[in-house]
Amino acid sequence: MDRFTNLRDEINSLFEGPFWSNTMRTPQLFNGWAPALDLYQTNDDVVAMVELPGMRKEDIDISLHDGMLTISGERKDETPEGDKTARTERFVGKFRRSISLPTRVDVNKVNATYKDGMLTVTLPKAEEVKPKQIQVNVS
Amino acid sequence: MDTMVRDNRTENAVNGNRNEQQPQERFVAPMATVLENGDGYTLQVEMPGVNKEGLEMWVENNELTIIGRRSLPTVQGSLVHREMRRDNFRRAFELDPSIDAAKISAKIEHGVLTLALPKAEQVKPRKITVS
Repeated sequence: MDRFTNLRDEINSLFEGPFWSNTMRTPQLFNGWAPALDLYQTNDDVVAMVELPGMRKEDIDISLHDGMLTISGERKDETPEGDKTARTERFVGKFRRSISLPTRVDVNKVNATYKDGMLTVTLPKAEEVKPKQIQVNVS
Repeated sequence: MDTMVRDNRTENAVNGNRNEQQPQERFVAPMATVLENGDGYTLQVEMPGVNKEGLEMWVENNELTIIGRRSLPTVQGSLVHREMRRDNFRRAFELDPSIDAAKISAKIEHGVLTLALPKAEQVKPRKITVS
């Protein structure tokens, strides 16, 4: 699924205009949109940063399955009744973004924060994959 | 009154100082939605990573300019996968002549800037009752 999504994103990026150029939010293979995601690796953690402006915390779902991190949810259409839409560029409705993690992580210690429309998910690496200092004794 | 009206020269001065370190400040146009009702317009602009301190807005010659500078969380590590652009946001909107620029108000919440642009009293639809 993710491979195809990326391929689609690459194709879409060939046609991007000024408003879409920083995003990957064009409709994907599933009926929804996908937020832009960056992935980092530090000594101890894998960190995912996702652009999700205008969400309610409780409408964001984070799941981990077979080394695949999935961030999904729904942005509700909050257009007040009686208002006409003169221009719509923001996406509403369901979104989903999956990415396979580069290393194994400790599922029980995953931590997420949501601030200024940015979601940061910190996934501590599993003990066995953390870099270890090896003491060499020369005798 | 949250609206800020700034002289363009002020902005240039700010950018001028910046230019000494960085040759050019790069911007990307944020996505926006415009709603309208009888009382005025609502403008929603997506600015993930921007808070109140990073916002700069002004109206000049009937044009509203919005700049949002992002304060993104920094991660000490290597980037394995990248989709996000780091550029700050900038976009200008031409204001409908019916808008009372002095009454524009703004708030930013969860990376979405919402501006209320009320129509001037004299252009609001008014019901006339027959006596």
